[in-house]
Amino acid sequence: MTLVLNRIDDRLIHGQVVVGWGQPLDVGFIVLVDDAVASSDWERELYRMGVPPEMDLRFHSAAEAAPLLDDYRLDPRPGILLTGDIATMRELVVHGGVREVNIGGIHHRAGRRQYLRYVFLTPQEQQDLRAVASLGALVTAQDVPAARAIPLEEMLANAEDV
Amino acid sequence: MSEPVGKRALVAGHGDFAAGLISAVEAVTGRGELLDPIVVKGLCGEDIQHLLRERIQAIGARVIFTDLQAGSCTMAARRLLREMPDVALVSGTNLPMLLDFVMSSADDAHEAARGAVERARAAISISGAPA
Repeated sequence: MTLVLNRIDDRLIHGQVVVGWGQPLDVGFIVLVDDAVASSDWERELYRMGVPPEMDLRFHSAAEAAPLLDDYRLDPRPGILLTGDIATMRELVVHGGVREVNIGGIHHRAGRRQYLRYVFLTPQEQQDLRAVASLGALVTAQDVPAARAIPLEEMLANAEDV
Repeated sequence: MSEPVGKRALVAGHGDFAAGLISAVEAVTGRGELLDPIVVKGLCGEDIQHLLRERIQAIGARVIFTDLQAGSCTMAARRLLREMPDVALVSGTNLPMLLDFVMSSADDAHEAARGAVERARAAISISGAPA
């Protein structure tokens, strides 16, 4: 198998990831890429407590993760690549091999505007997502598997309607 | 019947989990007001933590009930426990658990929560699905 989902989600490990996507995709491992989490024993333990024992959870900084992604793609189990922000995912896309990016949750914060129930972006983040798309990745927003994958430009164009 | 003192708790989870369970607790016991529903739709983890902290301080809760072990409310609550050592977290919450908590004769919220967890485990059964 391979990395079956490359997801940006500021909640990182949570129900939608572990249960919503993890179960139907029969996910065997999650690669969590976040500089702050990777450098903190306490944070790593916190997220480890959130996944079932049969699910392998790996932590990396962005710099560490990029060259390891090819190895993860050779893993026989389906896996999820997870970042907490757009910048980290962008770094991984730049490195190559990430062809699809799922926007799973970027939530409300001062300075962000709402695009979907679960997507809020600053103007800079909007540009960063377009930059990810311009690198050749198919960028869509989809919180759970049963929802429709909304193409990036459709999401950005419909901001006034939500 | 007077309500036990000091047994306020937060209930937090996905969608309308908290409001739904608390409405059921109210229907069965009339003690729904002991439980404070937390709605986290659209919030990032940091904001969930902030909301939980604010509600704990506002009502003096010493217990947080959440739905999934991996849920964002549970993760935020685990972070809070680091700064609020007098608060207990219970995940995997179900209706029998909350009923037992609000009806418990224990004055101490943590003791009531421990008893509620035992009751909740014992309340799960399956019928009509032979292996």
